[in-house]
Formats: sequence, C-alpha cells, structure tokens
Amino acid sequence: MEPLAKEPVVRIEHLSKHFGEGSAQVDALRDIDLTVYPGQVVGLMGPSGSGKTTLLNCIACIVEPSGGRITLDGDVVYDEAWLTSDLRRLRLDKIGFIFQYPNLLPFLDGTDNVAIVLNLAGYGGSAARERAADLLEYLDVAHRKHAMPGQLSGGEAQRVAIARALANRPRIILADEPTAPLDSERARIVMDLLRRIAQEQDAAVIVVTHDEMILDRFDHIFRLRDGRLELEEDRTRPRRPGTEP
Amino acid sequence: MNLAYRDIRHNLLRFVLTNLGLSLLLGIVIMITGVYGGLVNDAVRQARAAHADLWVVQAGTNGPFAQGSRIPGDTRDLVARVYGVAKAGAVTYQSVQTELNGKPLRFFLVGFEPGRPGSPTSLIAGRDILRDHYEMIVDRSSGLKLGQVIPLGTHAHEFKIVGLTEGQVTSSGDAVAYVTLRDAHALQFELAPPAERREVARGGGSGSSDQINAVIAKVSPHVRIDEVAAALSRWKHLTTLTEAQQETLLSKFVIQKARSQQLMIMVLLVIVSAVIIALIIYTLTMDKVRSIATLKFIGAPDRTIVGLVVQQALSMGIFGYFTGLVLVLVFKPYFPRRLVLDPQTVGIVFAITVVVCLAASTLGIRLALKVDPAEALAGTG
Ligand SMILES: Nc1ncnc2c1ncn2[C@@H]1O[C@H](COP(=O)(O)OP(=O)(O)OP(=O)(O)O)[C@@H](O)[C@H]1O
Ligand SMILES: [Mg+2]
Repeated sequence: MEPLAKEPVVRIEHLSKHFGEGSAQVDALRDIDLTVYPGQVVGLMGPSGSGKTTLLNCIACIVEPSGGRITLDGDVVYDEAWLTSDLRRLRLDKIGFIFQYPNLLPFLDGTDNVAIVLNLAGYGGSAARERAADLLEYLDVAHRKHAMPGQLSGGEAQRVAIARALANRPRIILADEPTAPLDSERARIVMDLLRRIAQEQDAAVIVVTHDEMILDRFDHIFRLRDGRLELEEDRTRPRRPGTEP
Repeated sequence: MNLAYRDIRHNLLRFVLTNLGLSLLLGIVIMITGVYGGLVNDAVRQARAAHADLWVVQAGTNGPFAQGSRIPGDTRDLVARVYGVAKAGAVTYQSVQTELNGKPLRFFLVGFEPGRPGSPTSLIAGRDILRDHYEMIVDRSSGLKLGQVIPLGTHAHEFKIVGLTEGQVTSSGDAVAYVTLRDAHALQFELAPPAERREVARGGGSGSSDQINAVIAKVSPHVRIDEVAAALSRWKHLTTLTEAQQETLLSKFVIQKARSQQLMIMVLLVIVSAVIIALIIYTLTMDKVRSIATLKFIGAPDRTIVGLVVQQALSMGIFGYFTGLVLVLVFKPYFPRRLVLDPQTVGIVFAITVVVCLAASTLGIRLALKVDPAEALAGTG
C-alpha cells in the first residue's frame, strides 16, 4: 500500500477527552487511536454527540485533550499536556480548517479573506494577495475575488473558505461538515476538490460528515460511537482518473 | 492589511452615525476651551488696547481691571514729570447701562484724555473724538452705527457715535466705549436731580469728582521701563504695573472663577465621552465576536485582536474630534461670544481624546481577549 510507506501526518494515540467533573462528567472521547497519511482523505462519522467535533478540535489544538498523545507532521504537540506554548502559531503553520459555515470575515473581500492568513504568517501585502488570487483561481471563484462575503452564494463562500484553509499550504486540513449547507451536487464538487488538494499538496484531510452520499470519496472512514472508535473501514482503491486535475 | 479600517469602511454609515453624538460632545469640549480662550483674549486685548508701558494705580491694588483703583486726578501730572516718562494719560473705567429702542445696552466705558495715552487706536470707521463733550467711540460688537445717538447717564445726555473699533470687549463680553475724561467724570458723579439738590443744600459740591482709576504711561524709548517703574514706586500711595504684569493679572485672576467652572464642565464632558466611547467600542466588539473567534482560530495572535479594538477606538476618537472641531469652526461666527482656539489648547484636547479612547477601549479589549476560538464553530454563520 503506497500511502503507508510515508510517515503519518496525524497520529492520535490513546486520546481521551472528558468535559465536566464527577457525576456530571461527559466522556466525549475514550482511548482513540487513529493515523492519517499524507494524500489521504478520511471521513469521521457517527451519530450526533459521538465526539466527532471534539476529536477534530483536539487535532486542531482548539480543545485541550484530557489524556493521550497527538503527533502532527512528525512533532508531538500533545502528550498528557500541550508541548508548545504557541498553539495559534501551530494552527497557522500546520492546519487548515474548513468550518461548516464559511465563517469569512464579513468586512474583507474574497481575496483578502484568503490573504489575511498569509499576512498573519508573515507574507507581505502584494505577495499575499497574489497567492490568494491564485488560490481563488484554483478553486474556480476568481471571478468573485472582489465580492464581499455577503454577496457570495453558499457554494462560492465555501470555496473561498477552502482557499483560506489552503493558503499556508498546511499538511493537515480539517473540515467539520463542510458539505452540510450544500446540495449533493455541490457537496461532491467540494469533496473532489479536497481529494485533489490532498494529493497535490500531500496533505492529510479529515472530514467530519453525516452525509452517506459522499462516502465513496473517502480513502478511509472512522466511525465513532459514544466517544469510542467503533469501526474503521479502509476504502483505499485505485485512484479514479476523473479526480485528477 | 488593516482590519480596523476595513471593518469601519464596511460599516461606514453606521460608524459615522454612531459617532455623531461623540462628535457633538467633543465639539462642545472644544467650544468651551474656545470660550475660555476668548475670555482670556478679550481681557488681555482690553488692556493691550491702551498701548501702555506702565499702569499707575492705587497702592496695593491690582487695578484697574482686576480690582478697583482710585487715585487723585492730578496723578497724571505727577507721573508725567518723572524722568523717562514720554507721555501720560489719565483714564477712568465704568460700566454703564442704557436703553436703546427699549432694549438694554451695556458698555464698558473708558474715559480718556484725547491726544494722550489711553486714547482709542485703530479705528475701523469714523474719526477720533474732537469735541470735549458728547462724542463717543464704540466697539462694533455693540451693534451701533456711525452717527447714531444714544442717551447716557441720569440726565440722558445724547452721545453721538463718531468712531468704531473692532474686537474690543471685556471678559464678560460687553463692548468697550470711549468718551472724554470730562464726560466720563460727569457721568460717574452726576446725581439724580433730587439727590443733587440735597447735596447742594448740604454745602457739598462736585468735590469728589476729581478722581481717576489709573494713569497710563508711555516710556521714552531710550529709558528702561523697569527704571521708570522703580522711580514711580517712590510714591507710597501708588502702585506701578508693567504691561506684562497687567496681562498676567487679567489672564490669571479676573477669569479664575470662569476657568474653574469651565474646567468642571469639561471634566464632566470628558467622563461622559469616555463612557460613550467605551459603550460603542464594547458593542462594536460584541458584533465582531464571531470574526474575532475566526481570527483566533486561523491563528491570529492577541496583538492583532487588541490592535483591531484599539485602532477602532482611536479612529472613533479622531473622527469625533475632527468632526467636532469642524462643527465648532463652522458655527463659530454664529456663537454669541468670541471663541479663541489657540493651537496648544486644541492640541491638549486632542491628546485627552486619545488617552480617553485608549482607556475606554479596555472594556472591549477584555471582551475580545476572552472570546474562545471554538466559538467560530458554533451553529449558524
Ligand atoms: N464544551 C463542552 N462542554 C461539555 N460537554 C461538551 C462540550 N463539547 C462537547 N460536549 C459533549 O461531548 C460529546 C461529544 O460532542 P461533539 O460535539 O464532539 O459531538 P458530535 O459528534 O460533533 O455531534 P454532532 O454530530 O451533533 O455535531 C457530547 O455529549 C457533547 O454534549
Ligand atoms: Mg459536531
């Protein structure tokens, strides 16, 4: 198997997370083990409340786990405690996040919503805008690059948001139900896009979804129930030529 | 890219509307400093209009403006004979009120000796007083015109306006008017007819009328002013003040009360402005919680977030300040008092505005720093 030859980008070991104390304690994640390789697109599924968002947030370094270990792109970032003090920098450098809703900054146009990430990473104004424009082109929304988020359709806004997630060439792309607000046609387009990005940028893509219609777009599916990893499906198969750019 | 500016531009109309009230407040603060500046300026100008080198007044007083001063009428001869004094003139000051067309009219009346120091200078219209009686020069701010006749005193002598000055008002805003020293004396000491008959019956005359309020001296250009002042100080019943001392007295003491009142109003207004700025900034930040969460989520450091809030607070202050300033400048001519905005005071108000904005933004900063990046994930977007 070709991907296994590479180092994993995301490695989760014995990860647990509980909210609250004593009798009110909720075990959102229990002893999760999960590995994602570069170029892979994996799905995270499970009933509501099973811990999908919590797991994604732990990987995104937004939520502090209760125990276990997280290795991102070769660096151990969590081992019973955060090992880095600047989690924002870590997110900026390694992680691209696609929200369920585009969450674009309403006061910036399409290009600047992407360029802001590059600015934060230290790129100057015109270089950042150029790369942002390229990304919008790549995602087929170049014609809307001067539009404000309020003027974009749901699909256009989501593509701008994806461009933003890609701006810093992250090794890890996390998406929490990115296709929920889209129709099935658009959902497929977004998933194909994520596949293409995973391969072209050698990134690991983890997508939380409820949508059974897009299952065929995943290399691997992890199913959660009550905070436990219940089932792991390897759907790896020869790449379909249609998804290549 | 400047996020604060982008956000303001995106909601420009809202920004302008929410800040209009602040502009008015800051405009009032600027206006009050202008009123105060006008007060000082009028007071000092009034003294300056006399073109005095030295003021000779009653011993131990800060006369003739800051305090009453009475000296014998012959003091002028005394002063004129001192070495170094080129010219001297006696002056009297009194407030008079009369009625014109049923409306009250107040003046600050200066009695002067024509041709001597203390005479009105720089007329903008008309001529100097040429006759001994019943001619008058008045400041344009009184609204009177050349040739107009106004009654003054208990006997309602008719004074004709022969000349106009400009910008000569007292610190309380009354126009300055000039008449001859003789007329001024007559006005000052004349009595209503019954009182006069009584005075005559008692055997008194107009004996007390030969008093003046000050002598204005011009010093010869070859003699040092302080030497002359020292020479004058040998008369123990007189006090000599230089022009600079007179101006200091006027700007410090005469308007001290007005100053403390205005200071109090300013402090209150500044506090109100601070509260308003704090509230606006807080609501502006509240409205941006999701954007702030997103920024934090994608990796923006706290400094970016704090910068966003602080820069918006500063923009508000600066916008409010300059709009206020423009409003004051535009409406200045319609204001019942002369406003004098000296650059230094206007600068101080600006500095205070900036400090207040920074202080007022702390509330918003606290809110912004507390925003959890995970809020970017919450429900609807
Ligand atoms: N901040 C929190 N405080 C307390 N409990 C929480 C918190 N976040 C999540 N939980 C709990 O943890 C469990 C897992 O929640 P999570 O949001 O990860 O579920 P999910 O699989 O994403 O569900 P959904 O499909 O509805 O989005 C739930 O029982 C939830 O109530
Ligand atoms: Mg969820």
